[in-house]
Amino acid sequence: MGDSATFEFVVGHANYWLFSVLMMTGLYVVVARGNLVKKIVGLNMFQTSVFMLYISMGRVDGGTAPIFPVDMEIDPAVIYSNPLPHVLILTAIVVGIATTALGLSLIIRIREEFGTIEEDDILVAERILAAEDDKAHGEAMGGRT
Amino acid sequence: MLVVTALAIVRLRNLFAVAMLSGVFSLLSALLFVAMDAVDVAFTEAAVGAGISTVLVLGTLALTSRVEKPASHSPLLPLFVVFVTGAVLIYGTLDMPNFGSADAPAMTHVAPDYLKRTPEEIDVPNVVTAILASYRGYDTMGETAVVFTAGIGVLLLMSGLRRRREDDDDDDDDADADAQGAEEEGGVY
Repeated sequence: MGDSATFEFVVGHANYWLFSVLMMTGLYVVVARGNLVKKIVGLNMFQTSVFMLYISMGRVDGGTAPIFPVDMEIDPAVIYSNPLPHVLILTAIVVGIATTALGLSLIIRIREEFGTIEEDDILVAERILAAEDDKAHGEAMGGRT
Repeated sequence: MLVVTALAIVRLRNLFAVAMLSGVFSLLSALLFVAMDAVDVAFTEAAVGAGISTVLVLGTLALTSRVEKPASHSPLLPLFVVFVTGAVLIYGTLDMPNFGSADAPAMTHVAPDYLKRTPEEIDVPNVVTAILASYRGYDTMGETAVVFTAGIGVLLLMSGLRRRREDDDDDDDDADADAQGAEEEGGVY
């Protein structure tokens, strides 16, 4: 009895765990990888796993897609899955592609300005720029020379 | 399969392969959406995730570089952060209802109401369309505003690109011309 309950629990929650693992893979790419394009791809992965989490919450056993027959003769015995998460995620997908596009164009500008899309190189270049600024204007600003 | 694709994205250094694999990832997730009865989401994901975003990433790669440099710092701290976050997330799921259970809180609030009222009030067969365009029309309007803003942002960021490129080319041409002139002068003398 206890074993079957545990089994049911594990099967019923395996979807959440799978999506958590995918989410964390995406987060790892965002945090640990220095390449900006790869960071965006990781962010997309993270996003998609959040979508999957939401959609899996709207799923009902034995249910079907929330689309009625065209003649609108609705059979009360048919179970439909929850349409609300679908709507929210449709909106989220479109907003996600908008942010992706914006991020990628920012990357192109960064590449133009610094000649690289690696985070480490950008940090180095920024430090050099800041040092030059200090040298040029530091005295006028009343600080370092 | 999703996990394998995700791990391959983490490991690979070739950004072209990463872009393609992210398209594969989107397609697989679209399949999963179909399996979970979310057909509208599935075809949006297939079109947007696997189509447009792959094209955008490829375009970016064409304008930047194609190979990632190896990481310079150790991955231990990020790994630690990721594992802690993952453990907290999984701990959070322990209170969740079982997958597919019909008496979950998400099923008992407004969702049955939408399903019941859509045939009477909206008379559209697809409930997702009815909610998207009617009950939650303001959400969709906000989404359009976001897309519009992002489009303007992209245009502003990219607008100077060609002009600056041409300026650079002009400089190069001038330099070439100077070099040629110098050679000719050298020839004369």
